[in-house]
Amino acid sequence: MARTIVAAGFGKYYETRSASGVRPEALPATVLYDDPAAQREFVAAPGEHVREATLILDRIRCAACLWLNEQSLRRVPGVLRADVNFTTQRAQVAWDPRATRLSRILEAIRAVGYDAYPFDPRRGDALARAERRRALWRLFVAGFGAMQVMMYAWPAYIDAGGGTLSPAAEGLLRWASLVLTTPVLVFSCGPFFRGAWQDAKQRRISLDTPIALGLAAGFAASAWATVTASGAVYFDSIAMLAFLLLGARTAELFARQRAGRELDRLARWRPSFALRLQGSVTERVPAHALVPGDRVLVGAGERFPSDGVVEEGASSADESLLTGESRAVAKRAGAALVGGSVNLEQPLTMRVTRVGADTQAAAIGRLVERAAASRPALVERADRLAQALTYVVIATAALAWLASGDVWIAVAVLVATCPCALALAAPIVLTRAGAQLLARGAALTRSRALEALQRATDVVLDKTGTLTLGRPAIARVDCFSEKDEGQCRALASALEASSSHPLARAFRRVGNMPTLRDLRNEAGHGVEAHVDGRLVRIGSRRFCAAIAGPAAPEPKAQVYLAEEGRWLAAFFIEDAPRPEAADVVRSLVARGLRVHLVSGDDAALVEQMARRLGIESWAGGATPQAKFDYVARLQAEGRVVAMVGDGLNDAPVLARADASIAMGAGADAAQLQADVVLTGDRLGALLDVLALSRGAMRLVRQNLGWALLYNAVALPAAALGWIGPWEAAIGMSASSFIVVLNALRPLAGKNAWKRASPSSSPSRSLSYS
Amino acid sequence: MEASLTLLVPLSVALVFLIGWVFWRALEGGQFDDLERPAHDILMDDDEVKK
Repeated sequence: MARTIVAAGFGKYYETRSASGVRPEALPATVLYDDPAAQREFVAAPGEHVREATLILDRIRCAACLWLNEQSLRRVPGVLRADVNFTTQRAQVAWDPRATRLSRILEAIRAVGYDAYPFDPRRGDALARAERRRALWRLFVAGFGAMQVMMYAWPAYIDAGGGTLSPAAEGLLRWASLVLTTPVLVFSCGPFFRGAWQDAKQRRISLDTPIALGLAAGFAASAWATVTASGAVYFDSIAMLAFLLLGARTAELFARQRAGRELDRLARWRPSFALRLQGSVTERVPAHALVPGDRVLVGAGERFPSDGVVEEGASSADESLLTGESRAVAKRAGAALVGGSVNLEQPLTMRVTRVGADTQAAAIGRLVERAAASRPALVERADRLAQALTYVVIATAALAWLASGDVWIAVAVLVATCPCALALAAPIVLTRAGAQLLARGAALTRSRALEALQRATDVVLDKTGTLTLGRPAIARVDCFSEKDEGQCRALASALEASSSHPLARAFRRVGNMPTLRDLRNEAGHGVEAHVDGRLVRIGSRRFCAAIAGPAAPEPKAQVYLAEEGRWLAAFFIEDAPRPEAADVVRSLVARGLRVHLVSGDDAALVEQMARRLGIESWAGGATPQAKFDYVARLQAEGRVVAMVGDGLNDAPVLARADASIAMGAGADAAQLQADVVLTGDRLGALLDVLALSRGAMRLVRQNLGWALLYNAVALPAAALGWIGPWEAAIGMSASSFIVVLNALRPLAGKNAWKRASPSSSPSRSLSYS
Repeated sequence: MEASLTLLVPLSVALVFLIGWVFWRALEGGQFDDLERPAHDILMDDDEVKK
């Protein structure tokens, strides 16, 4: 196996790994996973020749293991992408089914000594449970051992003056302490020693090294004192130290698992069973056995087992799973259903369109999971600092020992300083930020963007589809004949009812529509028909002028209506702004952000929209290049730009901005190239994104600042002998606990980003999740 | 008093191992896997009929 690793050019693994590897034992056959029926559950097909799956990696113990797995996966021919998430210990793999098979990918991981399972929430639970049990058992042994050893140490402490305790009795208590401390050290602290030993073999040190050195030195000195019946013993300190260290570790493990669970929300929604309709008979089948085309009966209060469309019945659904907004959305025949959302009112018959890993919820879940692959620069700096600090700690401990001759000062230095507090807090915060944003209808696809979002000084908004709904509506009607506005609208609606032109959607059907004869659709120009024996046309100005005569009205409107010999009306069509747009802009301005509106639409329209929403800087008629230059110019002035667009037409400018946010409703959400995708298609979520990014980065900075401050104080204090080993242990554990607990705090306070006018707030206010 | 120590100290060591074993059994039996759900079980009706 080592040969496989080295032959593949992964020798670096042996330089960096901090835990021993494992042997590939008799493992279940991976070829089973090539069966298309089995794959439907966890393999998505985002493109014709692309397959994508999430794998759980087993037996991962350190960052080097993750690196090795990632590299091995990327080396498999046909693998297009592989990212490994540290917090959740999962790998995202995309491959070309023409070039490789899933079983080969799994084999590649087994070849280097790990194991991977296709992601299945239940399997993940089992692994997490086993890990929790191990951690608790270690903690219990250490805690109970420490308690008992403390009792044995007590007589020695009260008898500090000597006299009442005979040497024989003292020896007995010391031996009893030794017997109880040994399992604490060997079993409970095993992970520290294994990690440190692996690193020592590669001649490098990790975060475990100082702890292992401190424990080993303290234990060896005490054991020697016991055997030779001379000097002082500190078994109580050792055992307590172990307990406190493990306590911090266990807290970290629980926090990590909890953060991972928050992220799993999207993967867990699916019910286990579905009622499939075979003709008129219903049949209870496992939900994963559904295939596109199946008809399924979904009762009120149940979750839809997959994506689909309503075939029969009318009800409403709670789609908060994707949109972050608990609001009933009406569903009639033909409406699209999101798998995992809840059917609220009436039983529905649905036709399945997408199943398993292809569903929207699964696609967005994968997107968010990938976020952890890019970490904020601040966090990467902290990791490097933690590495460097480890060396400083060991050097200081060695110097202190040489200078004072007292091994306990060295132990205190090794234990008191805690580079791990630097390393462990940020990942938890970042994972939680991703999960909480998701709960509010925003998928964070790159953690790195949190830093830019938090520093953003300018928000550049696109118009169509971002500030507006992307749905045209009639803004104004000018009438030129004795027919009033209502009559003109009715006539126009009747004519446009059959048209497929995008602007035709602006004409809603109204009650009293005149009867048409000889309807003719002139593609690209308009529609004509006979009404009461007269020819009527609707469409472009020129199309209408051909029958109405030369005295044309101003060419400002988008759609004209005319009949033989005269003009009837001009319709001004406008894309209406989102109802919450003005509130969102006001809130952004209130938070001291500069808001810009940049759009490819007509300059006059853009100006009008900007004034209406209270936006001070705008640019109309902008080509994609002009938008790009606009953002670049702001950045040249030293501004940090967050760009909000629809994610499809403005990809270049989104890529140029420091942070990019795309509005994405439904199916395309997973395809958008942006740092954050607002999956609920709700502009208000932008405020949540900015508030949460500030909150998350604040927590990261607090944690890093605290860890730095603590180490800066503890290192010299311990080196000078001011604090003993047990005080050092309390200090170190407390610093880890504080960091972990701080990482679990709410990311954004209740009133952090109150909207400017709460009365018209369309979405939930920010609150604890 | 010292004579009792020679008996009680080894006894306490043995007791520690006994308690450790009991805890281990409980842990492996799943006692600590889920500290929240069992409290809700009493409120749930078993509507699923076993086949």
